[in-house]
Amino acid sequence: MSIPTVPATGPGDAPPAAGPGSPVLPDALWRTTWRRLWGDRGSRTALIAAALLILVALTAPLLSRLGGWSPTDFDPDAIDPYLGGLPHGALGGIGADHWLGVEPVTGRDLFARVVHGAQVSLLIAFAATAIVVVTGTSAGIAAGYFGGRVDTVLSRLMDLTMSFPSLIFMIAMMSVAQDVNRVVLMTVVIGVFGWPGIARVVRAEALSLRHREFVEAARACGSGPWRILTRQVLPNISGPVIAYTTLLIPGMISTEAALSFLGVGVRPPTPSWGQMIAEAVAYYETDPMYFVVPSVFLFVAVLAFTVLGDALRDILDPQGGRP
Amino acid sequence: MIAYLARRCLGVAGVLLAICAVTFVIFHLLPADPAAAACGKTCSPERLAEVRRFMGLDQPVWRQFGDYLVGIFAGRELGSGPHALQCGFPCLGYSYENALPVWDLLMDRLPVSASLAFGAACLWLVLGLGAGVTAALRKGGLLDRTLMVTAVATASLPVYFTAMMLLYALVRLTGLLPYPAYVPLTDDPVSWAANLLLPWTALALLYAAMYARQSRSSMIETMAQPYIRTARAKGLPARSVVVKHGLRSAMTPVLTLFGMDLGALLAGAVITESIFGIPGVGRLFYDALQRSDQPVVLGVTLLAAFFIVAANVVIDLLYAVVDPRVRN
Repeated sequence: MSIPTVPATGPGDAPPAAGPGSPVLPDALWRTTWRRLWGDRGSRTALIAAALLILVALTAPLLSRLGGWSPTDFDPDAIDPYLGGLPHGALGGIGADHWLGVEPVTGRDLFARVVHGAQVSLLIAFAATAIVVVTGTSAGIAAGYFGGRVDTVLSRLMDLTMSFPSLIFMIAMMSVAQDVNRVVLMTVVIGVFGWPGIARVVRAEALSLRHREFVEAARACGSGPWRILTRQVLPNISGPVIAYTTLLIPGMISTEAALSFLGVGVRPPTPSWGQMIAEAVAYYETDPMYFVVPSVFLFVAVLAFTVLGDALRDILDPQGGRP
Repeated sequence: MIAYLARRCLGVAGVLLAICAVTFVIFHLLPADPAAAACGKTCSPERLAEVRRFMGLDQPVWRQFGDYLVGIFAGRELGSGPHALQCGFPCLGYSYENALPVWDLLMDRLPVSASLAFGAACLWLVLGLGAGVTAALRKGGLLDRTLMVTAVATASLPVYFTAMMLLYALVRLTGLLPYPAYVPLTDDPVSWAANLLLPWTALALLYAAMYARQSRSSMIETMAQPYIRTARAKGLPARSVVVKHGLRSAMTPVLTLFGMDLGALLAGAVITESIFGIPGVGRLFYDALQRSDQPVVLGVTLLAAFFIVAANVVIDLLYAVVDPRVRN
């Protein structure tokens, strides 16, 4: 690899940014990113939707108290026992009392359940993403920067992990493990299989960075590997990493929902979107709103983070570096 | 070329061995006790010990793993005494549930999953690549934006939601399609396709959306290459520039993706199969899990891993045939 003579352009790699005291993106880049995100109608909507969902998840207990129902409260008055437990009233019992209607048979409040479901779904998705990003970035940097044997071992490990039939394996692990905290287990299981994707992106970036002038300069000044990695390499790959992180989230939300849909996710009565949809399948003709409400939340969450991630990738990683 | 092939096959064997080992160890570290499950609720400690011995669970894990591996290649005898089962090559053990060989169960279900996977794959390749390439060639236009918005939205819909909506619209409401029930291709090809059309569509829509996005960005990248400009400058007709020069090189990343996806689907689309009640490998896996039928679960996991790895090798070989640089 030769030392490039063309000065770096584009927001994705700005070596001056790598000065001391800027562990992540420099201020100017933050401002540009924000301005471009906010300037585009699509990404602005996605940003607002994502922020709202996070807010809903954070304030779930508060919101459900505002609605007047806890997610596990049964309301026998809201359902019609003569109609097989279908909700009273049109649209699945939507009204002033139950804002998004009720569950058939039990009469549990859908608003409270969907809001608490957001908490579970987003918590698992974010925690799993954090595991993936930390592991993937560390492995990718190590493989790309040190090269040689470290690279060989880590790359083999990436290939191996990618050859795992991940969904089947996740389902198997989730259903065999019994007396474990479901949320923690699920986070770990989902997180374990995600890291090679981001590791490959980071590895490629680190590989091209390790012979750049400013890295050589830092090395000549006597900086150790740890300092070079955290002060020179990491800031320069933070753009793609941030974009890729956002793009990971929708996949994590979908995976969590899929596992819960199959009945191996969080256990009832803890609500989760996938589990609610699975229960609603039996009522999709008689009480379609029960099916529609959690589906819409899931759809909006996945869509918002996908659009946001796409926009961030276009801004922060314009040349690609796609997995 | 032969050396390359040999190296790849060795790598595949290594990967499969590692996956087998990891799967085996994880299932043995976890708390569920298959002997207790097989023995039933009213089981005396003596009987349990006997069952454990019969199933080989009293052996150390490495020994069990060794026996399992030997069994795959050479077959083995399960248990001892008058009730011993002869398990021929390739022995993946017997189902705890119905005492049938796991291999036979898998081979019984595989045609169903393969029908589902290949049909859906044809559909999503046509839809996805068509939409992606069309959008790329009209980059920034109204058609491009419409197609991409549709693709993002479709990719965000979970497959079970799409499946239920299609089921409602095409089966319940209009009666255009029958409720999916698997009919073997060899029995009645028309009814095979008619029954699988709904699951194919449900599965294909999701993948088509992802492939449209992927192939669009890949195509745009390729069409910006200098050699495309050269081809145009030479005066080649637009069609041949797009198809021969653009599409051919733009499809390589898509091909990689396709290998992985098809490989993973061959061993069962668990969600789609369980929604439509299609008796494929995914369904077998799901049912086995409900009954803690470990040999079947292990068998499906290995089969799935085999397909993913095999698909990778096939794709790599295709590359090697097309591009001599890969071989070295």
